[in-house]
Amino acid sequence: MAIATAPRVKTPLRTSVGLKVLMAVTGILLVLFLVAHMLGNLKIFVGAESFDHYAHWLRDIGTPLLPHTWYLWIQRGGLVIAVIAHIWSATVLAMRARAARPVRYAHRGKVQGSYAARTMRWGGVIILLFVIYHILDLTTGHLNPVADKQHPYANVVADFAPGRWYVTLFYTLAILAIGFHLRHGIYSALRTLGQQTKRGERRNRAIALGVAVVLCVGYLAVPFAVLTGLVS
Amino acid sequence: MNLTLRVWRQQGPQDKGRMVSYQVTDVSPDMSFLEMLDMLNERLTLEGEEPVAFDHDCREGICGACSMVINGTPHGPQKLTTTCQLHMRTFKDGDTIDIEPWRAKAFPVVKDLVVDRGAFDKIIQAGGFISAPTGAAPEAHAAPVPKVDADAAFDAATCIGCGACVAACPNGSGMLFTAAKITHLGLMPQGQPERDSRVVNMIAAHDEAGFGGCTNAGECTEVCPKGIPLTTIGRLNRDFIKASTKRP
Ligand code: HEM
Ligand code: FES
Repeated sequence: MAIATAPRVKTPLRTSVGLKVLMAVTGILLVLFLVAHMLGNLKIFVGAESFDHYAHWLRDIGTPLLPHTWYLWIQRGGLVIAVIAHIWSATVLAMRARAARPVRYAHRGKVQGSYAARTMRWGGVIILLFVIYHILDLTTGHLNPVADKQHPYANVVADFAPGRWYVTLFYTLAILAIGFHLRHGIYSALRTLGQQTKRGERRNRAIALGVAVVLCVGYLAVPFAVLTGLVS
Repeated sequence: MNLTLRVWRQQGPQDKGRMVSYQVTDVSPDMSFLEMLDMLNERLTLEGEEPVAFDHDCREGICGACSMVINGTPHGPQKLTTTCQLHMRTFKDGDTIDIEPWRAKAFPVVKDLVVDRGAFDKIIQAGGFISAPTGAAPEAHAAPVPKVDADAAFDAATCIGCGACVAACPNGSGMLFTAAKITHLGLMPQGQPERDSRVVNMIAAHDEAGFGGCTNAGECTEVCPKGIPLTTIGRLNRDFIKASTKRP
């Protein structure tokens, strides 16, 4: 007969594993958004009309059940909550990790883990800065040279014009940072959510790499198409 | 072989500590790493200096006491090998070798290379046990265990609690150790009654002791002298999620 020992944790979400689960779930939600967003962006290759029509349709999702732009605002609210929860758990865990090793090693050994795994925290900060810039550029238009709300196609083409190579460069670096973040992040999230076999581990590494590469290629296709004149 | 050692010297928990260089000469390649340190200590004693304090016990790779970080790697450069089982032939004549204690808030330095790994005991006390009735041992075949489970549980049970996983982890996390215990006990029928409370309580004790969280970086399993796989952490996570989402 066993003595029933009651778990003494009342707030599992605050434990190191609970915080990781929160980070994994919110991270995966953000990845799903990234996939949808990329598919939308690729409409630019169909033509200006198709792209602009898609942008307007986004504001009409859910109508007539929901009034105009309501669905969009609900999704934006969800994404903001996910981003805040993701960054909050990352920050708490990063602070705990820092406190867990008060004295550093004099001799740092060669690291086995991937570059992606080691740059999750700083990579995340770069991604956040990019997301803020990106919204001010193509959503609100504050930083866009054209900022024509009715014709997003024109905004994109103006954004990545060859003369504004520095914008394209920053955009490229940010997308690569997202690629690295997800290459470790997706693998890590699946492990955090309980993946526990060797075979599953190989599969998850492949999935993480595959998603990261597809997203990078998909997102980079647009600025490079504009840069090379394929889209104008 | 002649070597230069740079060893962490710290007189006590309050002392600041520093790396100190020593020359050791005529080291035999067949010596173990600890025998090489014994040789240094004999000389230091003869010279009236304080010998280097380091932990050791079995010297056959099963007790987990010989905790030291050698050139930045816990237990040194050879995989699946404790410091006591590491031979000097893995080094070259003229090498400089840096030797430091495990670095973690949960493992405070007692003296020189000796750290207090009592935090692991706290994790074990929180759930690393099964409750069994006393009296005559039950019939061994009464509780059948699938062979694959028995093997996996045994592999996890080979963890000697040395703490190398913590020493290597960029987050100072004790997750691989905790996961090894969760896996070892959770795969056995005898471990089922406490399965839920075990994982939750062990994680609480782990966090309380000041270990960091896991980021699945995988440094731990690389240095583990027993090769405990990272997949055990997935099992721990799954048990934790199940236990903390269950309605009573
Ligand atoms: C300021 C922004 C961000 C910061 C500071 C940040 C930080 C982090 C950190 C520290 C981790 C833990 C990595 C590990 O376990 O080794 C992580 C995981 C992850 N991140 Fe982010 N991140 C940010 C933005 C994003 C964005 C925009 C996405 C999605 C597109 C994302 C997706 C993920 C995923 C899927 C994980 C895996 C969760 C897990 O480790 O279990 N992150 N992030
Ligand atoms: S002294 Fe026992 S494992 Fe090394």
